[in-house]
Amino acid sequence: MAVNSVLPPSSGRRQVSWGTPLTYALALAIAAVSIAPVIYVVIGGFRTTPQIVADPAGLPDPFVWDNYARVLTQSNFWQQAFNSAVIALGTTLAVVVLGLAAAFVLARYRFRGREGLYTFFTLGLLFPAGAAILPLYLMLRDLNLINSYYAVILPQVAFSLPLTIVILRPFLSAIPRELEDAAAIDGASRLGFLWRVAMPLSRPALVTVGVLAFVASWNSFLLPLLVLSDVNLHTLPLGVQNFSSQYTTDTAGVLAFTSLAMLPALLFFTLAEKQIVGGLQGAVKG
Amino acid sequence: MTSANQIRMPAGGASAPPAGPHKAGRESARRADNRRKWYEIIGLTTPAVLIYVMFVLVPMGFAVYYSLFRWRGVGPPTEFVGLRNYTLAFQDPIFLDALRNNAIIVFGSLLIQGPIALGVALLLNRRFRGRAVFRLLVFVPYVLAEVTVGIMWKLLLTGEGTVDALLRSLGMGGLVQAWLADLDVVIWTLLAILTWKYVGFAIILLLAGLSNVPDELTEAAAIDGASWWQIQRHVTIPLLGPTIRIWMFLSMIGSLQIFDMIWVTSVPAVRSLGASATMATYMVDNGFFARLWGYGNAVAVILFVISFVAALLFQRFLLRRDIEGAITGRAK
Repeated sequence: MAVNSVLPPSSGRRQVSWGTPLTYALALAIAAVSIAPVIYVVIGGFRTTPQIVADPAGLPDPFVWDNYARVLTQSNFWQQAFNSAVIALGTTLAVVVLGLAAAFVLARYRFRGREGLYTFFTLGLLFPAGAAILPLYLMLRDLNLINSYYAVILPQVAFSLPLTIVILRPFLSAIPRELEDAAAIDGASRLGFLWRVAMPLSRPALVTVGVLAFVASWNSFLLPLLVLSDVNLHTLPLGVQNFSSQYTTDTAGVLAFTSLAMLPALLFFTLAEKQIVGGLQGAVKG
Repeated sequence: MTSANQIRMPAGGASAPPAGPHKAGRESARRADNRRKWYEIIGLTTPAVLIYVMFVLVPMGFAVYYSLFRWRGVGPPTEFVGLRNYTLAFQDPIFLDALRNNAIIVFGSLLIQGPIALGVALLLNRRFRGRAVFRLLVFVPYVLAEVTVGIMWKLLLTGEGTVDALLRSLGMGGLVQAWLADLDVVIWTLLAILTWKYVGFAIILLLAGLSNVPDELTEAAAIDGASWWQIQRHVTIPLLGPTIRIWMFLSMIGSLQIFDMIWVTSVPAVRSLGASATMATYMVDNGFFARLWGYGNAVAVILFVISFVAALLFQRFLLRRDIEGAITGRAK
C-alpha cells in the first residue's frame, strides 16, 4: 500500500527538467559532505602508512594494492563476514516467519483479547534494547548460549518483532474480505489462505521488514560485543574494532579493513534502497 | 497444517447445502471450527509471544531484581542492599556527566539535524534530473554501521589527522583541536559525527512525508501565484508535522541509548573521566567490564525508566494525533 500509492504519480508522466544551477550547487555540496569521508577511507586504503603520515590529505602515488590484499588474505575478514551473514540471515528469517504468523492472527482473526495482544507487542517499541543488555547477558549465560550464534539471533529477533508486527498487520488487514471468502469457497482453510493468498500479496511489506531486520543485525555491535568473546565467532563490526585497536600503527591497513567492511552494507543498500525507504515510508504514513 | 485442511472441508466447505434442517449438526460443526480457530490462534502467536516475553520483558524484570543487590555475578545474588545502588549512581559525578552528555546528544541532535534535514529534504523534493543519485548519496552515512563510522572518524581526527591537515591547508589552522582527547571538546566532536551519520535518516523520513503531500495542493498554490518558498512555508511544511514529530521521537529514543559510536570513537581514558561517557557506556563499563553486576543493572533500570518516561511524555503531549497512524498501525 505505502509503496503502491507512491509509485504511480512519479512514473514518467511528468517531464523531468534540469534544475537551476543553484539547486545543483547545493545538492552537490550536500552529497560531497555525505560521502567525502567514505571516499577518503577507500582511497586511503590504496596508500602506504608513511605516505598517509607525510601528507594525510594526498592521493595514492603510486597505487598500492597490498593493504587490501593483506586484509583479504591474512586477517579474519572472511570468517567475520561469514558470521555476520549467518546471524543476519537467521535473524531475518525468524523475524519474518514469526512476525508474519503473529501479524496474520492479529489482522485476520476476530477473538477476545486481540487488541490487548497487539498493544502488548507494541509496548516493545518502548523497551530500549540497550537497557536490557546486562540482564540479557546473564540470562544467556545461564542458558549456556554464550558464544553461539543463538545468543545474538534470539534477542535480535525478540527486539525486532514489535516493529515487524506494527508494519505487517495493516498490510494483512487491508486484504479484502472477498478474497478470503473466495479462497474458502475453493476449499482453502484459513491457513491455506495465509500460505497461498495473504503471503504472496504482502510480499512488499515482508521484503521491507526483512531488509530492516537484516541491516539492523548486520550493523549491530553491543550484543555481539558482550556475548561473542570467541574470536572465531566475531562479526564484522567487532572485527573492525579489533583490527583498528590491534594495528594502531598500520593506518593504511585499518583504512583498507574499514572500507572492505563498509562494502557489503553499501552494496546491499544500493540494491534495497527502495525497500528501506518504502518501509520507513510505511512507518511514517498515518 | 494439512490435517486441519482435510477435517475442515466436509464441514464448512462448498458441499454443505444452504438451508440445513439439521440444526444440531451445523451447531457442532461451528463449534469444531471455533475450536480449530483457537488452535490456530495459539499455534501461530505462541512462538512470537514466547520469544518476545523471554528476551524482551523477562530481562527487564531481572534487571530490577539484580539492581537491589551487591553482586559480582558469581552464584546467586545474596547481599541485599535495597536502593543503595541507585543512590550511589546519582552521587557519582561520572554518571552525572553521562546524563549531561546524553542530554547534549538528545537536544543537540534535534536542534541541529532538524533544520538541516528539512532544508535538504525540501531541496531534494524538487524535480530535477539526477535527483535519485543525490538522494542515494545523502543516505550513505545512515546505512553504514555506527562502529565503522566511528573508526573512520577516529582515523580522520586523531593526532595530526586528515581533518587537521585539511583545516591548515585552508588557512584555518587556528581551529585545530585535540578533537577526541580534549575533555571539553570531545562530546561536541561526537555530536558532530552523530549529526553526520543520522541526518540522512531524518532526510529519508521527511522525503517520505513529502511524497504524501498531494501535488494538487502545491499546484493550486502555484496557480494562485505563490512562490516556491511561500508554498513550502505555508503548504508543505505544515503538512509535515506528523513526520517531524515521529522523527523527533525516534531520534530522542536513539540518543538516550547511544552506545556503539561513542564506545569505539572515544578513548577509554577519556570516557572513564566522564567527558565522553553516556548512560549506556557507563552501564557496560561498570556492569560488564568492572563486574559490578548489581550496580550495572541499577544503571540499566535508570536508563530504561528515563527512556520510558521520555517516550510516554512525548507520546502524551506531542504524538497524540499521530500515534494512531504510526505506532499502533493504520487503524482505519
